Amino acid sequence: MTLTAIQREASARGGALTAALIFLPPALLLFTIFVILPIGEAAWYGFYNWNGFNRPENFIALKNYFSLLDNSTFKRAALNNLIIIAVSLLLQLPLALGMALLLAKKAFGAVAFRLIFFMPYILADVAAGLIFRFIFDGDYGPVSGLSQALGFGPIYMLASPTPAMVALLIVILWKYFGFHMMLFIAGLQAIDQHLYEAAEIDGANAFQRFRFVTVPQLSSMIKLSVFFSVIGSLQLFDVVMPLTNGGPFNTTHTMVSFLYIFGITRMRVGFGSSVGVVLFIICVTFAFTYRRFLMRDE
Amino acid sequence: MSDQIAISAPSGVGSAARPKRARRPPFALYPAFRLSALILVASIVIVPLVATAIGGFKELGELRANPLGLPKVWQWENYRAILESARYWRVLGNSLLIACLTVAITVSLSAMAAFAFAHLKFFGRRFLFTYMTLGLMFPAATAILPLFIRVRDLGLLDTPWGVILPQAAFALAMAVLLLRNGFRQLPDELLDAALVDGCGYVRYFLYVTLPLSRPILSTVAIISFVASWNAYLVPLIMLNTNTLYPWPLGLMDYQGEYTTQWQLVLAFITLTILPAIVMFIVAQKHIVAGLTAGAVKG
Repeated sequence: MTLTAIQREASARGGALTAALIFLPPALLLFTIFVILPIGEAAWYGFYNWNGFNRPENFIALKNYFSLLDNSTFKRAALNNLIIIAVSLLLQLPLALGMALLLAKKAFGAVAFRLIFFMPYILADVAAGLIFRFIFDGDYGPVSGLSQALGFGPIYMLASPTPAMVALLIVILWKYFGFHMMLFIAGLQAIDQHLYEAAEIDGANAFQRFRFVTVPQLSSMIKLSVFFSVIGSLQLFDVVMPLTNGGPFNTTHTMVSFLYIFGITRMRVGFGSSVGVVLFIICVTFAFTYRRFLMRDE
Repeated sequence: MSDQIAISAPSGVGSAARPKRARRPPFALYPAFRLSALILVASIVIVPLVATAIGGFKELGELRANPLGLPKVWQWENYRAILESARYWRVLGNSLLIACLTVAITVSLSAMAAFAFAHLKFFGRRFLFTYMTLGLMFPAATAILPLFIRVRDLGLLDTPWGVILPQAAFALAMAVLLLRNGFRQLPDELLDAALVDGCGYVRYFLYVTLPLSRPILSTVAIISFVASWNAYLVPLIMLNTNTLYPWPLGLMDYQGEYTTQWQLVLAFITLTILPAIVMFIVAQKHIVAGLTAGAVKG
């Protein structure tokens, strides 16, 4: 069919179907081949012990999942994901909200500060991870250097489990709070100023105005920010690799870095797929319930 | 903060009629507190970046002996060597190529699909739209192993297309959602008038919808460009030849090669994040608006 024929046919409202047949297939095809089919295949491969060559034939039912639940490194990785979520919600969001409150109104330097805080967000996670690998380096890094200058010994943050995890959390805070701050600023600027005037007239003090005007008015933005924090924390990978590479002693893995190290680099396709499936189920369950119960009106 | 005693305005009178008074009298410390909090956080954000850039000007020995101060002799050589190396320009060029093609595919395919979802009435429209937005629920990491197998079976492993197509596919869901909502803003009367005048859907899409939707199209382009420019996991898995590496992979590769020479790694980090920082400063308004508006509207 030539283009003019298509146009002639589409010129009436009845041409909608023809037009849809032109517009939709490319996106649907690409999406199906590279997003939907792989997820289905992950569910399938997860039942096999397979190294990726020939066809998956060694059916082992749920064995991959059982060995996953038995795997202390995986459990640690899942726990780390939970810790990252908790820190994102308990430290990052308050920090972002606090900075947003300081920067929402037009005031001296507000725009410059906003840009500075947002800048880490646009930098690649890999670069951020590597920068902080230097910052926390015990021999060459400024943190250790500062400690030595103050008369303490060098600090090898990334060499022992708990400090390394703290370092990872610091990088995540550093990188992402600016994004959430921008969401909150957009939300704060959308609040009708008359509400504050009304509250003031009613005798509300600053804290009450925050508690009863700002927070409720900002609730949809807060819900959105929580959503992004959780989904982002669950898929965290890029920062981990350059910063700690999962170490020391595999204590700073996330589920995705576990999937990469123990599934992909060893070509354990079945086992790795089962990790993907677990992650998929967690993400989808969270997204569904969260949207259903908390973001219903949006 | 002490309570502000409300001066009760006569009921029914607008705020303009209220007696004038200072808006924030009891907390004169506020501006000072605000500024010091902002400066504190801003320095925490900036210091790691500055330390990285300055570290690139030192010699290794000085990095160790003097990690906090400015270099005694500025070693331009570190930067010059990288700027003169083919490697640096090649990784940036690879990233640019991959990002541009990812954006081109994402924007064109999602615009077409979004147009169908926004303006065409056909059987299965709702179902297909829901199907496409499934992609919002889970990250690429969940299906990464089957994706690898698929790309391998298609013979695209170790080619730019093996990175571009999966990236574009995973960007589609968000792009379609944003663009459909954007296209719906255009008045229906415009389409009706065009159809009556004998303009087909294809021409309407090309000559009316697209030109009128530049802001939302650029939002989608910015989101997918930044995501592709910074992407690490998909290229890491799909590419083996280091001449094809985009810059995040090239950076890790470089770090692996010069592990013991932090000054070179720092210079390399600085130079590879430089384009992003320059772009951010030049186009900050668009980038911030694009990345946050995309999150909010999606």
